[in-house]
Amino acid sequence: MSALDSYGAEAQERVGFFTDTSVCIGCKACEVACKEWNLVPEDGLVWTGESYDNTSELGANSWRHVAFVEQTEPEVDALRWLMSSDVCKHCTHAACLDVCPTGALFRTEYSTVVVQEDVCNGCGYCVPACPFGVLDKRHLPRKDPPALPLLTKKEDGRVWKCTLCYDRLKGGHEPACAKACPTDSIQFGPLDELRERADKRLEKLQAENWNGARLYGRDPDDGVGGFGAFFLLLDEPEVYGLPPDPVVTTRDLPEMWRTAAIAAGAVVAGVVAAFVGGSR
Amino acid sequence: MTETRSYYGRPVIKEPVWQPEIPWYFFTGGLAGASGVLSLVARLRGNEPLARRSLYIGAAADVVSPALLISDLGRPERFLNMFRVFKVTSPMSVGSWILGVSSGASVSAALLEATGRLKPVKYLAELVSALSGGPLSVYTATLVSDTAVPVWHEARHELPFVFGSSALASAGAAACTLVAPKDAGPARRLAIGGVVAEGIFTQVMERRLGMLADPYREDEAGKYSKLAKTCAAGGAALLVLRGKRSRLAAVAGGTLLLAGEAALRWSVFKAGFQSARDPKYTVIPQRERAPTQNGA
Repeated sequence: MSALDSYGAEAQERVGFFTDTSVCIGCKACEVACKEWNLVPEDGLVWTGESYDNTSELGANSWRHVAFVEQTEPEVDALRWLMSSDVCKHCTHAACLDVCPTGALFRTEYSTVVVQEDVCNGCGYCVPACPFGVLDKRHLPRKDPPALPLLTKKEDGRVWKCTLCYDRLKGGHEPACAKACPTDSIQFGPLDELRERADKRLEKLQAENWNGARLYGRDPDDGVGGFGAFFLLLDEPEVYGLPPDPVVTTRDLPEMWRTAAIAAGAVVAGVVAAFVGGSR
Repeated sequence: MTETRSYYGRPVIKEPVWQPEIPWYFFTGGLAGASGVLSLVARLRGNEPLARRSLYIGAAADVVSPALLISDLGRPERFLNMFRVFKVTSPMSVGSWILGVSSGASVSAALLEATGRLKPVKYLAELVSALSGGPLSVYTATLVSDTAVPVWHEARHELPFVFGSSALASAGAAACTLVAPKDAGPARRLAIGGVVAEGIFTQVMERRLGMLADPYREDEAGKYSKLAKTCAAGGAALLVLRGKRSRLAAVAGGTLLLAGEAALRWSVFKAGFQSARDPKYTVIPQRERAPTQNGA
């Protein structure tokens, strides 16, 4: 892994999350612990009417989001309640990191993906680049003093997302959400270990006839090279608001650059052609 | 096809956070890039009036462009961070460098042209401006294609050509408004040819996109698209019919065409937002390549 090579002796084992939604009870302790530890600001309290979910989505001010899906099963005439704590996937091939023009987004020594808040200039490119809609710009009022009065905006203007508690990792602690999770639905650890654990869990659930159970983001051969934070889901990903087959957009970039080069050549050819046949 | 399932109809990906500055920049960047090329080729062909005016048009667009981009940043005071690194994985990084070089070159060339000084430096600046002009006029298409936005990413084969033809049409049209008809022949042909090429590439793009072409035809994007086609066709028709003889027709046709090209960029911009907003545009294409576990 080339990104890690640059860390030399400082490189660490790759860590991540395994979020086992089959034991999530929807307590939102992860959301609260994340906000508390990372000083993520409150961005308005609303009632959505969408089950118990008033957070709605991941964004600049919500780095964990517990989804609540209510399903009725006709055969048994019963309500099934799916709960799942969503988070940044810390992709092996991260589009946000690839497209970031300033280098504010970087790969840490733990193979996680983090935004440097003192470098981000709020260009917003990572926002539509992420196949999961994790990142967003913070529109809350700016807290730090303006640098150049004429060029400074009133809002924060930078992008924010889960850091996998980079500071806690450095101190040898597990991330706040995993620490707070009362059912171990959110498990933190070395990614290889988590994958093994997840395989066993899936086997057990399938043996118990949980037919909808599947691992999401575990496969290192998927479109983003596997997630650093992957999931056990009980239904199709889109039911939880997740993309069924995410692909890192930069996978197609070499081909896009070739197309751009041809198009740029065509622009010159077009101008030259305009001078052919006519006077001057 | 089964109905798309979603989480309360919420989008899977985030809508872009870019403001109106960005589609305007697509327009001014295209105008700047193609004008730089037009100016140099006109110079080489000995068409001085066209060369000079195109140089000024390009320089003006090259002054406006960075201002638009800086204004769109969440932290405008950190715009220099764009030049901390050079990343080929980021079309915005590459584009910032292209714009930096192109802008510096065309503005220098225009100033030297106006003051009549340092001829060799001016020629060099013109050459740099022309060489960076092609990339400047198409990279923005690569930039938007390199996102998870369905109607942009899936249009990655055609968008650079749509943007490139639009840039040619813009440069030709702008020159038509400022250059006397007798010297504006190549600019007229460029404007008309650009509109024709853009129409063809847009058609190809929409056909290849299939269901993903819908956002280009609906709501705001659809309105801008109609406006773009009407203005571009009207402007091109004026230039074809009267552009050679009447200065007034050339100015009117050129202006109309420029409005059409700006509307085209707005249409593409808005279509991206519309496709990001509706989860079906994200989910259905992914489902087509990855069937559900239940085989649906």
